[in-house]
Amino acid sequence: MKIPYSWLADWVPVPWPPPELGARLTMAGFELEALQEAAPPFSGVVVAQILSVEPHPQADKLQVCRVSTGSGEPLQIVCGAPNARAGLKSALAVVGAQLPGDLTIKAAMLRGVESQGMLASAKELGLAEASGGILELPADAPVGQPLRAYLKLDEAVLDINVTPNRGDAMSVIGIAREVAALSGTKITGPAAGNVAPAHSERLPVKLDAPAACPKFAACIVRGINNRAVAPLWMRERLRRAGLRSISPVVDVTNYVMHELGQPMHAYDLGKLKGGIWARMARSGESFTLLDGNAITAEANVLVIADAEGPVALGGVMGGLRTSVTPETTDVLLESAFFSSAAVLGRARHYGLVTDASQRFERGVDPTQQVRAMERALVLLQGIAGGAAGPVAVTESAAHLPQRASVALRASRLTRLLGVEVPRERVTRTLTSLQMQVTPNADGWQVTPPAYRFDIGIEADLIEEVARIVGFDAIPETHAQVPQQFRPLPEEQPSEAAVLEALAARGYQEAITLAFVDPQLQQQLFPDRAALALENPIASDLSVMRVSLWPGLLHAAQENQRRQQERMRLFEHGTRFEVTGAVTQEIDTLAGIACGARLPEQWGVTKDMRTAADFFDVKSDLEALFAATGETESFVFEAAVLPALHPGRSARVLRRGRTVGFVGELHPALAKRLDFTYAPVLFEVDFAALAVQRAAYQEISRFPQVRRDLAVVVDESVTLSTLAERVTLVASSLLRSLRIFDVYRGPGLEKGRKSVALGLIFQDISRTLTDQDVERLMASVVTDLREHLSARVRE
Amino acid sequence: MADLTALTRQALSEVAACGDLAALEEARVRWLGKKGTLTEELKSLGGLAAAERPAAGARINAAKSEVQGAIEARHAALARTDIERQLAAGRIDVTLPGRGEEPGGLHPVTQTRLRIESLFRRAGFDVASGPEIEDDFHNFGALNIPPDHPARAMHDTFYFADGRLLRTHTSPVQIRALKAHGAPLAVIAPGRVYRRDSDMTHSPMFHQLEGVVVGENISFANMKAALHGFLQAFFEREVAIRLRPSYFPFTEPSAEVDMSCVFCAGRGCRTCKLTGWLEVSGCGMMHPNVLAASGVDPERFTGYAFGAGIDRLAMLRYGVNDLRLFFENDLRFLKQFRTFSA
Repeated sequence: MKIPYSWLADWVPVPWPPPELGARLTMAGFELEALQEAAPPFSGVVVAQILSVEPHPQADKLQVCRVSTGSGEPLQIVCGAPNARAGLKSALAVVGAQLPGDLTIKAAMLRGVESQGMLASAKELGLAEASGGILELPADAPVGQPLRAYLKLDEAVLDINVTPNRGDAMSVIGIAREVAALSGTKITGPAAGNVAPAHSERLPVKLDAPAACPKFAACIVRGINNRAVAPLWMRERLRRAGLRSISPVVDVTNYVMHELGQPMHAYDLGKLKGGIWARMARSGESFTLLDGNAITAEANVLVIADAEGPVALGGVMGGLRTSVTPETTDVLLESAFFSSAAVLGRARHYGLVTDASQRFERGVDPTQQVRAMERALVLLQGIAGGAAGPVAVTESAAHLPQRASVALRASRLTRLLGVEVPRERVTRTLTSLQMQVTPNADGWQVTPPAYRFDIGIEADLIEEVARIVGFDAIPETHAQVPQQFRPLPEEQPSEAAVLEALAARGYQEAITLAFVDPQLQQQLFPDRAALALENPIASDLSVMRVSLWPGLLHAAQENQRRQQERMRLFEHGTRFEVTGAVTQEIDTLAGIACGARLPEQWGVTKDMRTAADFFDVKSDLEALFAATGETESFVFEAAVLPALHPGRSARVLRRGRTVGFVGELHPALAKRLDFTYAPVLFEVDFAALAVQRAAYQEISRFPQVRRDLAVVVDESVTLSTLAERVTLVASSLLRSLRIFDVYRGPGLEKGRKSVALGLIFQDISRTLTDQDVERLMASVVTDLREHLSARVRE
Repeated sequence: MADLTALTRQALSEVAACGDLAALEEARVRWLGKKGTLTEELKSLGGLAAAERPAAGARINAAKSEVQGAIEARHAALARTDIERQLAAGRIDVTLPGRGEEPGGLHPVTQTRLRIESLFRRAGFDVASGPEIEDDFHNFGALNIPPDHPARAMHDTFYFADGRLLRTHTSPVQIRALKAHGAPLAVIAPGRVYRRDSDMTHSPMFHQLEGVVVGENISFANMKAALHGFLQAFFEREVAIRLRPSYFPFTEPSAEVDMSCVFCAGRGCRTCKLTGWLEVSGCGMMHPNVLAASGVDPERFTGYAFGAGIDRLAMLRYGVNDLRLFFENDLRFLKQFRTFSA
């Protein structure tokens, strides 16, 4: 909300220069967003009068003016503006003047005639977006005075952010009231004035929805000249406040709204049929608004109607049918109170946010409709003339908002703020905010003024006291926290430890968006339902991820595009699993490995430089699982997932429950997504990394014995089956089992493979003899032959 | 018998001339081996008269041991040279890079979040979390933001067809934590939040930190102390803070927290838009309606709550000037933050 400094100074003595005023308002809750000047910098422009105008001898569209700047000889100025005429006072940029846009005025020959400067338009001075000719100044403008001084263009304009709870401060008077409270003065304001009724005509007003519109002040003004132009001072103020000058009627209603916070509306009286009827819309009723948009009203919307139907969307915008035009001579001015409940959300529902709706939504002073009307009548008469009738007020007093009194306890104030504010200071502060304050034994009974819709409970009053006294005046005091030991379950690994374990294995953490491309996700997980956003920010970010893979694949693609050939990325985040109407948010850890097994470097064998495969990533997962203290509770079993290579993917189970997947991206997808190397992906539930607390086991002091064994088995025999049998048969003396080679090829039957096993035996209480070990090995061999048709390879 | 003295001299000079261990071994065999010259001399003693034998024997043995000593000394010297030669041949270029995997790292936003969590844990706070898909009640209603409230316009909300939504702030955790644990309570809840907004300073997903402290005498003064303390600990330097009155439907009084600019120490720079202040947090005393909606008696308990942008704190901490960098996952960006955590 933009407030020119001088406008504010009309309403209250401002003891501070603009920057300090801005700082004080900021610290009182009205943040100064910008402090601007009323006009962009320019110099060398003075008030000047055109003495005479001659046609240009060489150009039809140009005129040669003799222009007085008050002293010295009149200057000869060539001007192309249609409104240049003898007697007009305007702005002259003299030779040497600097205008906005880096323009320096020089003496110049224009089609053979010398011009000793330039008559300037509002646009050229940065005072308007567009202008139809040179600036027109009032007849009493002092010739020769610098324009900046005359128009007070060096004044500051404060752009203030008013929070949504303070509708009462969306006006010059509202900010003036704050300044008064902060500086300990009172608001003054320009003399109210009023216009004596020149006739007694009234339009009948019916309040059919008194809860929504409990008060409607109306006044008929006949015989105005709506082609007149508002005086420069008013147009300048409107401009500085960010409003456009349109016509006397519109300018006056806007001016009053900005000054007093009361939105007003003007109807062309000649177009109104019958009386005014404030009622709820009939469902389906449609009409066209001022901005040309047709709307179909719903039954919860307040309309102002005449005999033929709606003429305004109450508190939001007027209708086109009865709108005021330059030809309008008779108007009905409206200054009404609409309850915020009746306006809230309605404007936004129709895609509209207007100055009026913003104010009514937040709450307008229900007591100042007549005052605003009178202010408007005075201003309008001065510009457009006309004969005003009486200000007719129709109201339903019972429906007008009442401010209830609120109790404020001194003890509560101290307790909430953590500092004691002297009672006298509290009384003074609240009184300065125009509240009625009655001290009592406990504190105060306070009735806020009618316009303070935000004061309803004790805490609201405490905020007012704190705000005006200043948050800076509240000390910093540490809360007393009891010493308490909270549980630290060893079962839950610290998040940092898990993430750092992955980082130590070469993975870089990524953070991807929780909504992903539905097409990509569909390709990866055609059988998983996903939750779709109603209003996504983009179509390729429109469904919630059912896995972290879409995001990681996208990140990997982007990095590949940035010429990163080798990637290890992981993410820790939520995936959203949908089962019917239930959405589960699952804390998930996922990763992607893409490119060479090891970073490019010297001195490693060639096979370490080939693309990472399933087993590289499996080893990263196994490292995580080992840190749970219960590696053996995890099982990998072959699984088919549409996203993954059907022969190179596994389901991960812990204690029999599926906790994740790992595998190579399906070759078709890898190709479609343009990956040079097929990425390997993993995803596990974070909760599956629960730790089994370690328990010490005795270490054997006796030597261990190793025996190697190469067995040939069918391809279909998995390593885990083989290991299971060996472990079962070899008894508890088997300390560990290693697989040190898997061979297929020459020397073996087709469909068979040779697996080289290293068995390490050890007893806790004695040294094992050769016979012990040979016996165990023999039973292993026998068992494998019987159960797995294994053949021992010599 | 040959001239022993001359033989010895010849032997010593040959030993001295040996350039490597193999030559020395040959010399040893030639002189002291089974058929070595000096050994042969000893054998020739048998041809001497018995009376002469002891003296001659002693002379020959003396000569032998002199040569033996020379050989041993030469052996030691040659062995030393040999090791030196081997060592010289085995020299490596220690400036070649080391072998193996290159370490990864944590995302700077995660590092910042974990740092914040540790700081608050050390101050006695618990760390809580809540769902990212919320219902209207927890995200708005319980926080005193009824439908059509103007404050909703400040939250560009993502909705699902059934009316649920992506939380626009971490504030719902206030309600959930209080409902779950009751008062007194001191928790923070960091997490991902969502708003329909995307430009240089806005991402549709970002990270927020919620803090809630409820107790029998929790005051605005306590809130100021906590926020100031946290910011100083986080930035590891003295900073000034100021609280500006503001408006949040769920707190009363409400404030915006400004911190003196960490880049210019408050003198004014581009980051702080020449104001000397950086807006880092919103806070306030919990609204009685919010306490009541969470099942806490607002007469008995008071509390404060605050919210801060974790990404924003990370930007200030690491000097990152574009929020979007955090979510582009560019390895060239992410790799810049591979450091030990505190």
